Amino acid sequence: MDNAFTFFAQQMLNGLTLGGLYALIALGYTMVYGIIQLINFAHGEFFAAGGYMGVILLSYMAGAGYMDTHPWLCIGFSLVLSMLYCAMLAMAVEKVAYKPLRHSSRLSVLLSALGMSIFLQNALMLTQGVYDKAYPGGIFGAPFEIGGVIVNYMQLLILALTAGLLVALNFLVFKTRVGRAMRATAQDKVMSALVGINSNRVISLTFAIGAGLAAAAGIMVGFYYGSVRFEMGFVPGIKAFAAAVLGGIGNITGAMIGGFIIGMVEIMAAAYIPYGGEYKDVCAFIILIAVLYFRPTGIMGENVDDTRV
Amino acid sequence: MAGDTILELKNVAAHYGRIQALKGISLSVREGEVVSIIGANGAGKSTTLMTICGIVRASEGAVHYAGQDITRVNADKLPRMGLCQVPEGRRIFPRLSVAENLDMGAFFRRRKRRIRADMEMVYEYFPRLRERRSQAGGTLSGGEQQMLAIGRALMSRPKVLLLDEPSLGLAPIIVKQIFDIVQTINQEQGVTILLVEQNANLALQASNRGYVLETGKVVMADDAASLLDNPDIRKAYLGE
Amino acid sequence: MTHGFRKQLLYFMVALVWLFALLWPLLDINPDGTLGFWRSFAAWMPIAVAGSIVFVLYQIRQAGWLGAPARMLETGRQALGARLSLIPAWVWFVLIAAVFFAIPQFTDRRVHDILIQVLVYVCLGLGLNIVIGLCGLLDLGFIAFYGVGAYTYALLSLHYGISFWLALPVAAFLAMIAGCIIGYPTLRMRGDYLAIVTLGFGEIVRIILNNWMSLTNGPNGVMAKPLTVPLPMFEGGFRIEEVALRSLGDLYYVAFFLAIITIIAVNRLNFSRIGRAWEAIREDETAAELMGVNTFAFKLMAYAMGAVFGGLAGAFFAARMGFVAPESFTFLESALVLSIVVLGGMGSIPGIILGAFAIIALPEVFREFQMYRMLAFGGAMTFMMLVRPAGLIPAKRMGKRGEEEE
Repeated sequence: MDNAFTFFAQQMLNGLTLGGLYALIALGYTMVYGIIQLINFAHGEFFAAGGYMGVILLSYMAGAGYMDTHPWLCIGFSLVLSMLYCAMLAMAVEKVAYKPLRHSSRLSVLLSALGMSIFLQNALMLTQGVYDKAYPGGIFGAPFEIGGVIVNYMQLLILALTAGLLVALNFLVFKTRVGRAMRATAQDKVMSALVGINSNRVISLTFAIGAGLAAAAGIMVGFYYGSVRFEMGFVPGIKAFAAAVLGGIGNITGAMIGGFIIGMVEIMAAAYIPYGGEYKDVCAFIILIAVLYFRPTGIMGENVDDTRV
Repeated sequence: MAGDTILELKNVAAHYGRIQALKGISLSVREGEVVSIIGANGAGKSTTLMTICGIVRASEGAVHYAGQDITRVNADKLPRMGLCQVPEGRRIFPRLSVAENLDMGAFFRRRKRRIRADMEMVYEYFPRLRERRSQAGGTLSGGEQQMLAIGRALMSRPKVLLLDEPSLGLAPIIVKQIFDIVQTINQEQGVTILLVEQNANLALQASNRGYVLETGKVVMADDAASLLDNPDIRKAYLGE
Repeated sequence: MTHGFRKQLLYFMVALVWLFALLWPLLDINPDGTLGFWRSFAAWMPIAVAGSIVFVLYQIRQAGWLGAPARMLETGRQALGARLSLIPAWVWFVLIAAVFFAIPQFTDRRVHDILIQVLVYVCLGLGLNIVIGLCGLLDLGFIAFYGVGAYTYALLSLHYGISFWLALPVAAFLAMIAGCIIGYPTLRMRGDYLAIVTLGFGEIVRIILNNWMSLTNGPNGVMAKPLTVPLPMFEGGFRIEEVALRSLGDLYYVAFFLAIITIIAVNRLNFSRIGRAWEAIREDETAAELMGVNTFAFKLMAYAMGAVFGGLAGAFFAARMGFVAPESFTFLESALVLSIVVLGGMGSIPGIILGAFAIIALPEVFREFQMYRMLAFGGAMTFMMLVRPAGLIPAKRMGKRGEEEE
């Protein structure tokens, strides 16, 4: 097989993996923004907290020896537990820092979110230390090769899990009663109350789901790169937010597409553009700016009125 | 036709920040009635309805509905108690389809088959909605949106329906259709209706009784027919 | 009213307890298997104490026990206020300026250092205030201009030996150019989109500084020449010589001078025709446009003017530190400046000065709790938004926006 093509295919696979992770984080941003028009700066921290919760749980289980006997069970268990934990954390943060400000100016809530982000990041740093925490390795076996493309089992797992979560979320939002309540609350909170929706509960749920997805991404990042770090939430956080804006903020499908685009562009830029490796973070932002300049509502965004943008 | 009092406001006051919008409103609605509240812009008509529904909190006074004090009940509990509002400006969910909008009206109900049946009933009242059922709510015309808003409220099987300015911004022929249907709903389904209107003539003709609101106070309350004959009212609200 | 408030407070307290219960695993379960309680307790306690004090005070006020002393205080304040208002404003200004002028004479190095930092942040805060407080544009990448100014001075002094006072206008000019470059594509966006794009631009500037090895020496940073002032020398005939300012006490005066310039300039701008145009844009952009305000040009101008003060502060920062590196210009710094503006009171010059003191100086006082500084900073930021969102000294001319009303 052609060498250049193999290289391209390899980058495609890497880009998809990274894009999937961004998409998972971006969903939390877009859902929260869609429902209360808030850039939830603390969202990146839920992602980091998920990664740390995963390493804590996995280390315990490894210490107890379960990791050798039932590795998959351990991974699944820590994944579910971290997602639940971050969901609850997000709900608590929402209740403490955002809900009392429901009727304040948007800048106040934004700063409150910024404060929470700094708070949580430093909480992580204080206890987990400033150094990287390593994930247990060697669970997934050696990578294999298909036509020159090196495939990591972890990548397959990430892709499968991402796809599964995205499908589940789509089902939840577009096919269930709860999803309808979420969409209705996002569109008109007063009217939703008038048809009997408790908007506070819906908002809590939205935070919980978003943070759960971010936590899943956090664990997968931990496995993929082998370690987690207290400040790991920031850069992926803003890139994921860029992805959400790129796709049209508030739009769930848009966030997924935006996440994959940002991930893909980053990998491709690093692979094909000279000095792209150093400037890959810049690429994500330049695309964002270009898209917003020519299409301010994002790729999938509806023409929303001024108050929403 | 009028039965027991089902909805009663006792000296209700409400504020937006420091501005007092309602200064002690008392009114009552009996079961099966159509009652209208008329008044100029800013008289507090919409605020009255929003206060009944608990979106705006009453700072004084009490709201009683079906023998219960609902002054401090959260807005989202009221639809399942049979109190439902069609708010000013219709407030259609713009990105939900017509059918989904109707479904939202029955949000708190669990029995799928009955919801289906009610949806059929709404489509009987408003055949236009059936034609557009998979279209997004935001793409409908003003008249269709008003029909959808009323239909959505009917989906909750209300005992009392609060209607805010159903004629707003609509062509006279559409307004006539909508008022006809409002009366049909009242007569066929026995739904009690509290109607807020700027178009006093139309509202009073469709009602049993009426209240006149001025700057947050009830200044007159009477039978609709007497209000229509009252020279002051004719001068102030009926454009004579 | 009280009933509703109490219910909300109760909910809030329950949520707070819940949050800290949840934080416990993050704070005190260590991967090596040990468990602790102390750290989460330490984070918990100050907030719980502060919360209870506020609650008790509130209860006392509700009960009316504070009525008499409060009334006395109020009448006293009014009487005093009436007296004081007879003294013209410039007297106050001169008095305050004199106090600040005298401070370095009887304080030590550490205080100088803190004060210099505060004054730099006053400049930054006032610069950002033009963008966010006057014009209503949320800028999350303001620190980029600070970086541009700092690197301008550092590189000019390193390669060409240009003195601080010559480099200062160049730094301001380049920062302004950077402001226009960043502003031009972004200012057509509104609100939150603008926020994320400016954040992106701020990061881009930092990444470029970090990676453009041939110009900026990357993460290793650049040495900058110390600040010099031309002084007349009389030994052996009259001449003017550049004398390096090495003591922090002397640098303080330079910072003070820059801060005064900034305060005067921003104050003039605030009450000029341009300032009114900015405020019109902030209150209602569409209406301003309909009244014939060229909103794009004015927004760009706000951006550029804000950048100028950022650049000035940056040049001074480089000269004071003698060294610049990209790590000084992270998002956290932008957040810091933003919080100064918001905590002090958007659009209010005294507010921002106070905000700079509160945010820069207070943490320095509590040096022993170094580790918990940022944690407390984040918590305090949220707390401030909950209790006093309009800032410590709200601006007088700021109208209340519709969305802020209850």
